[in-house]
Amino acid sequence: MNIDRRHLLVMLPAAAIAWKYVLAGTPEESPNYTMTDHWWSMLINIPKCIGCGNCVRACAAENDVPDGHFRTWVERYHVTDWNLSNPEVVSPDGGKEGFPAVPKSVGGDEGFSSSPESAGKYFFVPKLCNHCEDSPCTQVCPVGATFIAPDGVVLVDQTYCLGCAYCVQACPYGCRYIHPEKKVADKCTLCYHRITKGLTTACCEACPTGTRQLVDLKDPNDPIHTFLKTHSVQVLKPQMATGAKVFYNEMDGSVR
Amino acid sequence: MSIPKDARHLFRFAILFVIAFVVFLVIRHFVVPKTFGEYGHYRGAAITEIAARPMHFAGHQKCETCHVDIGEAKKAGKHENVSCEACHGPLAQHADDPSIQPTKINTTEVCIRCHADSAAKPGVFPQIDPVQHSGGVPCETCHQPHNGL
Repeated sequence: MNIDRRHLLVMLPAAAIAWKYVLAGTPEESPNYTMTDHWWSMLINIPKCIGCGNCVRACAAENDVPDGHFRTWVERYHVTDWNLSNPEVVSPDGGKEGFPAVPKSVGGDEGFSSSPESAGKYFFVPKLCNHCEDSPCTQVCPVGATFIAPDGVVLVDQTYCLGCAYCVQACPYGCRYIHPEKKVADKCTLCYHRITKGLTTACCEACPTGTRQLVDLKDPNDPIHTFLKTHSVQVLKPQMATGAKVFYNEMDGSVR
Repeated sequence: MSIPKDARHLFRFAILFVIAFVVFLVIRHFVVPKTFGEYGHYRGAAITEIAARPMHFAGHQKCETCHVDIGEAKKAGKHENVSCEACHGPLAQHADDPSIQPTKINTTEVCIRCHADSAAKPGVFPQIDPVQHSGGVPCETCHQPHNGL
């Protein structure tokens, strides 16, 4: 066969494109779990949360999270009628040991009133990594140590991480920390070691009220599809355009 | 074909360039991890490594394979959807090796984690003042934790 320069120049790009498709079609190693069949996220049903801290304790136990650092935590909001956009937010030790009780009879605030009706409202907001579709944290990593897995979970390759903490700064939700002993970035993996084996996350397993629910958006039978249609659901900081995937049901406007 | 006399230095330079490129490729081969770029700009093997981390919570499905009676009892009451390890703590070790016996939980402590009175909790959630309600008497004296009565 006689190939002149003109033909070769035409064929080379075509061959390169073909080779790319050959590589992409290489089957994955794990036969039981196909990453491309899933798109993981979580639903948090705020009216159900009682602030018991079970999720925070379960997460710490499951993932050996060091004391004082959190992959998930619970915030208690107190919004008064006088200051709707400036909530008082507390999270003692991430809500790990629950929250101090608010007396039902008093509930007064700054001398405005002592009747519980006018003392404003309280609610709990559990927080965790939002496993963003366009996550700022993965974009700033200088070495490719953090990434969005093909199933939508944002993970950290701790053997590759330098511990430069760019990602800690980049996360608008404060979901990352530098592990005090390993000196590398650590964060919620959405219990990747559990969800890939067909289990739910440790926080969802330990949640007594069903506030937290693991969601697989690519599963057509997941109840999330009906839920999203019939409820008022928001994500945190939508203005950041991060494509956050942790859905909050009936979230108050004061939540930041 | 003879090489023009004045072009020899160019060939020496070209050879040096090729050697440097080969050295670069060899170093790159050893420095860049094997699975880097498998799915994107990261080490593909990291995904399987993270998926292989050990579990501490067994999951209520596993508990119920042995503790069938408790699973049935729970279905009768309000704690139906509360999974075992929500109160009993992580027990994957016990599930893997039943000879490892978990310590009995202190109901007085565990029950009030959820059921202690607080104006911050949703009003529909059943709450009690632990002091007024029982005065320190263990909850299971009157209540059945597994069927939530």
